[in-house]
Amino acid sequence: MGTHSACLPDVILLKIKNTLLKTNFKQIKEKVIESILMLSSAATSITVVLIVFFLFIEGAGVFTKKPIDKGFLLAVNESNPVGKLEPSQIKDIFDQKIINWSELGGKDEPIVLFRTGDITDYYTEEELGENFVNFPDKINELIAKTPGIIAFFSDKYVNKEFKGKEVDINKISVYKFLSGEEWFPTAEPVAQMGVKPLIYGTLWVSLGAILLALPIALAAAIYLSEIAKKRTRNLLKPLIELLAGIPSVVYGFFGLVVIVPLIQSVFNLPVGETALAGSVVLAIMALPTIITISEDAMRNTPRAMKEASLALGASHWQTIYKVVIPYSASGITAGAILGIGRAIGETMAVLMVTGNAAVIPHSFLAPIRTIPATIAAELGEAPNGGLHYEALFALGCILFIITFGINMLVELVTNRNSHKKH
Amino acid sequence: MSIENNLAKKKRRSQKIAFGLFTATSYAIVALLFVILAFIVTKGIGVISWEFISAMPKNGMTEGGIFPAIVGTLCLVLASMVFAFPIGVLAAIYMNEYVKDGWPKKIIKQMTNNLAGVPSIVFGLFGMSLFVNKLEFGDSILAGGLTLGLLVLPVIIRTTEESLKAVDDTFRQASFGLGASKWETTSKIVFPIAFPNIVTGLILSVGRVSGETAPILFTVAAYFLPKLPTSIFDQAMALPYHLYVIATSGTDIEKSRAMAYGTALILIIIVLISNLLANALRKYYGKKVKMN
Amino acid sequence: MHKIESNNVNFYYGENHALRDISLSMKENTVTALIGPSGCGKSTYLRLLNRMNDLIDGTKMTGSIVIDGADIYEKNTNVDNLRKNVGMVFQKPNPFPKTIFENVAYGLRVNGITDKNEIEERVVTTIEQVALWDEVKDKLKKSAFELSGGQQQRLCIARALAIKPSILLMDEPTSALDPISTSKIEELIYELKNKYTIVIVTHNMQQAGRVSDTTAFFYMGELIEYDKTKTIFTKPAIKQTEDYITGRFG
Repeated sequence: MGTHSACLPDVILLKIKNTLLKTNFKQIKEKVIESILMLSSAATSITVVLIVFFLFIEGAGVFTKKPIDKGFLLAVNESNPVGKLEPSQIKDIFDQKIINWSELGGKDEPIVLFRTGDITDYYTEEELGENFVNFPDKINELIAKTPGIIAFFSDKYVNKEFKGKEVDINKISVYKFLSGEEWFPTAEPVAQMGVKPLIYGTLWVSLGAILLALPIALAAAIYLSEIAKKRTRNLLKPLIELLAGIPSVVYGFFGLVVIVPLIQSVFNLPVGETALAGSVVLAIMALPTIITISEDAMRNTPRAMKEASLALGASHWQTIYKVVIPYSASGITAGAILGIGRAIGETMAVLMVTGNAAVIPHSFLAPIRTIPATIAAELGEAPNGGLHYEALFALGCILFIITFGINMLVELVTNRNSHKKH
Repeated sequence: MSIENNLAKKKRRSQKIAFGLFTATSYAIVALLFVILAFIVTKGIGVISWEFISAMPKNGMTEGGIFPAIVGTLCLVLASMVFAFPIGVLAAIYMNEYVKDGWPKKIIKQMTNNLAGVPSIVFGLFGMSLFVNKLEFGDSILAGGLTLGLLVLPVIIRTTEESLKAVDDTFRQASFGLGASKWETTSKIVFPIAFPNIVTGLILSVGRVSGETAPILFTVAAYFLPKLPTSIFDQAMALPYHLYVIATSGTDIEKSRAMAYGTALILIIIVLISNLLANALRKYYGKKVKMN
Repeated sequence: MHKIESNNVNFYYGENHALRDISLSMKENTVTALIGPSGCGKSTYLRLLNRMNDLIDGTKMTGSIVIDGADIYEKNTNVDNLRKNVGMVFQKPNPFPKTIFENVAYGLRVNGITDKNEIEERVVTTIEQVALWDEVKDKLKKSAFELSGGQQQRLCIARALAIKPSILLMDEPTSALDPISTSKIEELIYELKNKYTIVIVTHNMQQAGRVSDTTAFFYMGELIEYDKTKTIFTKPAIKQTEDYITGRFG
């Protein structure tokens, strides 16, 4: 072949070369396109990784900083042996729940609180001078002469002769963050960042929603998959799915103007914005998810299995609860878990109807506050890069981990189901 | 004999009760949907006028219109779709037409599922951290559009994948049989056949994007901005955020209630239209494909 | 020399041994019918001839298939060129959602033919070749879906022929058609035999008898018997073949 081609006229050679080039070009084009497609398909994975990265980077900041506003400090008398305090202790001190240093392992000395504004209790305006020029000296003097003092003030008042001792504030540990029972991210002098009430609030509202939604959704799923005629089903299903399309802010608004007043008057409450209101709204929102997934699972029950049951003289209803429901149990479970996941992550509707009180819930008829609602309500006011901002990202991390775990759980449940079928 | 009869009677009665309950529940859910819709329609319909949809808000958002919010939402939908639609469709093509079964496919699938499960407020946090702060887009249509785009990416990928899967394999084989390459087959045969269904998915995601609030809270949404955006680096008002604001924290909540009903109605109308359109399209093309 | 020669072909779908040791050769310009009960491997074998099974994940093939003297499973085989040479027609008519004209032109376009006149000329000749011209000449720009099932199937054959293959594979091409359309396709096959080597999978014994020169009987992944169609249908050498042909099983 090779020797032959040498004798071929140039025109033919050129033609062969052109075709070769053409096929080559085509192959290269195919390869390029495939790489573009591959890159696009990596987009979701990259996004997940980026979300994790940014969330955790920003969120981790809260554990590396002292929970006191930048530029402020807490100082005590030089002779005070107490040098290190927990944020919660500081709050108790300023709330006057702790009134003696001995409670903190110090000397038996009553605690004297001092905030910047208190200065006029000790010194006259003349003594402080024009524009408080003497403030640094006076505060130094005051701390030096009051053994029980704890003072909270701006560090611009600290001068060279300062003799007080700055109190070391413990950073917030992950454990304290999760188990802390108070969420006052803007509290003075130190922020309180315990997310327990928020976690509890989130779980209460979500579980309440599922308890309300699950029986209703199951009933509807049974009706749609087993009882309804095809025509009815084709009519009802899109309508129920339409419920899923209504924006959450509209649900929130509906809840605010209808459900909240309703709950208020039915239970005779001072305010209608309660955990119950959140659960009701979330239940309505979770219905389509649970119905769709459970109904699919039920419809997947092999016809032969159902017919075998009917042939044994079981009624249609007996067949449903003895064959169809057990067979589709994992699908129903998956639907319920997914419903919980949706509820946990839901922001706007909950924000608008639950009253947003950051306390550990004790009743469904009291206001509560969830993690997403907290982020939505506070991020706008938290200065970028500050402790509060970072704490909200840490909340985002918690939310991400919970929903991620729930997704994995759903995956597990449905996979087990598909193995069963094989 | 009579025991058997009794049993049969009992069986029949319990079935009757149970089925009655299930039927009633299902219709109750549908009734609930209609209650929600009817409530918002009856309260909102009186508010809607030409002025409402074409004028700027006035008097602390208690009067006037919601024109800038409508325009803002349109911009956001456009920005997010320009970004997410091509990527989503290309990704789905890769997943369905190119990659073979195996662990890379599994990982991509899993990651897409995971992304779909991320709560919308987390998208908001992420968008703020990456687009607004790190990339310094500021509060802008660009930042909000990208955030929303990432949010609907899994939706677009899923619906596109399903549409591609529904294309009969013999079309591909016939095309390959004629010596067409993978991309030729995909772009000239498979994609056009799947296109109507893909568009259905696109319309549904438009509905979704226009109603999302949490992701835009900190990436684009302006509380009150009585002018139209002029570039993608501008802030903008948006319908869902506007509804949230005037329903909960406006200057005078009672006075702006009417405006809130009107805004909610507009949002509902957008969702209804996109759903109806998607369904109609599905039906229309469903018939056409069945023909052969 | 044989047009198609397969030697000791084994084929696996994952664990499933779908074809066992098939050796089968076909002469140029003949029609070979592949018959056998569902799942016997006849379609699988057919799809090996244009490497259509490559598209399925997790399959494995051993042995060799030689077309025109070249092993098509060699590493450096250009699959696109192979498929160009080996046309295929499917069970259900599956015209592309394009116009009648574009359906036939598609194969030409993807193979790099851009000259408008050439495309037009070849589309017309091919449609004439499948005896469809009189029926569609006024609606070439209409959607192919407007044709009847039988017309669609002839269009699909035209689509395959437009790129001038030498072999035509047909996978139960009439199973979705009415008797009149079926007989038209059968006539067409008879005509096409002069120019092409045709391999046809069919469930229909009479069809195999009417159109084919040789017949291969597959059963459970094995080639049971292969001979002249006449011989297979009148005095098969193996009992299984006889049982199948006379309808005792399958």
